[in-house]
Amino acid sequence: MDLDVAILSRIQFAFTVSFHIIFPSITIGLATLIAIWEGLWLKTHNPYYLQLAKFWIKPFAITFGMGVVSGIVLSYEFGTNFSKFSEMTGAVIGPLMAYEVLTAFFMEAGFLGVMLFGWQRVGRKLHFFSTIVVMVGTWISAFWIIVANSWMQTPTGHKIVDGKFEVESWMAVIFNPSMPYRFTHMVVASFITATFVVAGICAYYLLKKKHIPFAKKGLSMCMWFALVLTPLQAWIGDMHGLNVKEHQPTKLAAMEGIWPAQEENVPLLLFAMPNMKTESNDYELGIPNLGSLILTHSWDGAVQGLKAVPPEDRPNVPLVFWSFRVMVGIGFGMMGIAALALLLRRKGRLYENKAFLSLVTLFTPMGVIAVLAGWYVVEIGRQPWIVYNLVRTSEIVSPLPAERVLFTLTMFVIIYTLLIGVYLYFMGKLIKKGPPSMEALEQQLIGMKAPGYALAWVKTLQSKESHLHNQPTIVQGDK
Amino acid sequence: MDLALFYFLVLGFAIFMYVLLDGFDLGIGILYPWFNQEGERDHLMRSISHVWDGNETWLVFGGVVLFAAFPAAYAGITSTFYLPIMLMLFALIFRGVAFEYRFKSDTSRPYWDLAFSAGSAIAAFCQGMLLGSIVQGVPAGVDSLSSLHWLTPFSILTGFSVMAGYALLAACYLFMKSRGRIQEHAAKLGKQLLLITILAMVIVSLWTVATQIDIRQRWFSGLNFLWLSPLPIITLVVAVLAWRDLNRHSNDVVHHEGRPFWYAATLFLLGFAGLVVGLFPYLIPRQLTYMEAASPDSSLLFLLPGICIFVPLICAYTLWGYRVFAGKVEDYQEGY
Ligand code: HDD
Ligand code: HEM
Ligand code: HEM
Repeated sequence: MDLDVAILSRIQFAFTVSFHIIFPSITIGLATLIAIWEGLWLKTHNPYYLQLAKFWIKPFAITFGMGVVSGIVLSYEFGTNFSKFSEMTGAVIGPLMAYEVLTAFFMEAGFLGVMLFGWQRVGRKLHFFSTIVVMVGTWISAFWIIVANSWMQTPTGHKIVDGKFEVESWMAVIFNPSMPYRFTHMVVASFITATFVVAGICAYYLLKKKHIPFAKKGLSMCMWFALVLTPLQAWIGDMHGLNVKEHQPTKLAAMEGIWPAQEENVPLLLFAMPNMKTESNDYELGIPNLGSLILTHSWDGAVQGLKAVPPEDRPNVPLVFWSFRVMVGIGFGMMGIAALALLLRRKGRLYENKAFLSLVTLFTPMGVIAVLAGWYVVEIGRQPWIVYNLVRTSEIVSPLPAERVLFTLTMFVIIYTLLIGVYLYFMGKLIKKGPPSMEALEQQLIGMKAPGYALAWVKTLQSKESHLHNQPTIVQGDK
Repeated sequence: MDLALFYFLVLGFAIFMYVLLDGFDLGIGILYPWFNQEGERDHLMRSISHVWDGNETWLVFGGVVLFAAFPAAYAGITSTFYLPIMLMLFALIFRGVAFEYRFKSDTSRPYWDLAFSAGSAIAAFCQGMLLGSIVQGVPAGVDSLSSLHWLTPFSILTGFSVMAGYALLAACYLFMKSRGRIQEHAAKLGKQLLLITILAMVIVSLWTVATQIDIRQRWFSGLNFLWLSPLPIITLVVAVLAWRDLNRHSNDVVHHEGRPFWYAATLFLLGFAGLVVGLFPYLIPRQLTYMEAASPDSSLLFLLPGICIFVPLICAYTLWGYRVFAGKVEDYQEGY
């Protein structure tokens, strides 16, 4: 068999890292939401907040678990499959990842046990503190790994000695030109992803007329969050794009489908089939000059196109082009939903409009898809370079026998397909089971020695709940 | 002290912490088949479900310290031992997700039990095999990336030895964390495993000394053996002490339930020290010393404050985490 080990290793890395990012993009946001709910509960003693926190902590736990096991694979894959890359850049990437472990992973893991299992073993304040630590841990973890990735995109602060990178200024490495944009864009992306996951499930409950007060509270909060976060994300994304234009013009040209070496009057393409053979776009449909306006903030500003560099220095244009449109499309879709929610809220129909609720349900996984699409823009757009303009991806692969990598790649595909099925199955199961009933919460509050008035509140809600909907609330203990 | 040596010690510390902590944690999975009465497996799982993630993080830490401080060794070791590492990672995936899914399953529980116990056993075996093949080193004249040089009778022996050692740690951990029948059972298994582990340590040591010339010289040239003799002697003493504590239990008085675990941990520490004595200063035997593989000072210095501040902090809050869940598993309250 004539297999190319470089291609196989790259497919394997792309597959495993894509699998991994699904879970952090949910946990970073969800940890933050859970901390917000727990804090609000401590402040107001409104049991709905506790119910939200207690319900979402279970999906959070399984998502976190998936993130951990798939992440451990990645930290070894740099060496197993890209041994030359590790040797060349170890002095730069290695310490960054070591700081990630020291300042984030240990903290997340150390306090997660208390967050999940410690409700009745530590006081309420200490429990809340643990939740906060886990939340901050996920942010810090995102920070370091994105510093590492951004340095590979826009390397600064290094020198090359005997073919290996050495650091001259760690400040320049950490605060490399693209890091601030990528970090904020990614963290906000996670908030958005989690927001839409929660909103989607709440909308689903409302459609099914189940757990109504719980679902209303969740949906309402999430729509407020979305109203703030989605425009913010578009604004950060716009600045991110300008930063790409400055530092990675070829990537930008691929994102926008611009071929001529120097193009004035850039249109904003809505549809096109970039063709790498003819070096032009088929079936182009665009709005004239809007591209120039967005990218250069002037009517006929000039932008460097793909032909400015030789073909072997260009990424796969259609993939970058379309991934970018998927992400931005979803982003505008989400903004639309948030605006619609505001409108319906004004009319007092936020929880009744079936079409709207179905739409929100449909958007449950869209954050994850946008995150993946965004990363494909970043990573495929960087090719053929692994360290931009300095090291080519084709030069850094471990010279393993191709069959061996084919074997592990096949294993990864089998195992991860199985796992994502299992993950979705158990998520479905938790969603079907629904939030803990007020009875169950009461039991737990007694265990936590909650103040009397909090218990009284639960009791009134308990009776109100059964009156309001006149349906047997499924009484289930906490497993 | 010279920086590279400091990182060599940090690496050793990370590996030891991993072996100790994930050791008892993987060992629980290895012991799983011996606990099949109603509720026993719940008990085993619950004894570690709040700590396994932290324990496994030491594996990540070991990996990144190697990556950051000795990139050439990280690149060499991980790509040379591609298959056993990948196999270990696959096994760790299965056992890791079992923690979350097992308690939420009803019909699929037997599969999660299998995933957990087989995953733990295979991961432990792979780690032992890695250890054995690193001690042996890559034979001269062999393409390190494409041959199966890591699959030898010796590495298979070390694979099983590590499994036995982890199971011993787990039995002592259970002895500390349980009451009644489970505790008794753990004591019985612990005594058997103690014998097996000591036997394995002896065989592996003799085999190493017989086949690895440089390790033999390190131990037996000049007066070295005299200086190093405390290692095997203390090992034996500790083993006897552990036996006594586990054994006394059968006479119905339970004293010092925590002690066997610390003895077992000491056994591991001594075995590990013996290994480091044999290999020092190599990271890859006969090929790459820690001095040659070290990153430039700019990187080592940058990471230094991080290590000095955070490693003690991590140890402190890890200890706190164990304290929060101190006592017997039976007394834990509802989960989350
Ligand atoms: C922006 C976020 C982000 C990105 C781009 C990545 N990760 Fe990640 N990773 C996380 C955010 C995260 C997290 C939120 O911190 C996780 C997810 C769930 C968890 O347990 O922590 C995590 C877990 C996690 C773990 C397990 C930690 C533990 O034992 O607790 C490892 C070893 C890695 N990751 C390694 C990587 C590597 C090598 C990556 C790049 C190639 C990577 N991650 C990309
Ligand atoms: C987590 C979200 C990420 C996703 C979805 C992602 C996706 C991808 C994809 C699709 C490729 C393949 C590109 C190609 O070969 O055409 C790739 C390559 C790569 N990425 Fe990422 N990436 C992510 C984050 C990171 C981070 C944080 C780092 C480093 C710190 C990183 C390092 C690499 C490396 C080393 C390669 C080289 C292998 C290759 O080119 O195939 N990635 N990534
Ligand atoms: C709506 C307008 C949006 C714009 C203009 C925008 C812009 C961008 C740009 C230019 C990049 C590429 C940066 C590079 O190549 O280095 C990017 C990457 C990315 N986008 Fe977006 N984006 C938008 C919405 C979203 C949304 C809604 C999400 C997810 C919920 C998202 C998630 C991501 C992620 C995860 C990445 C890769 C990591 C990063 O660079 O931070 N984006 N975005």
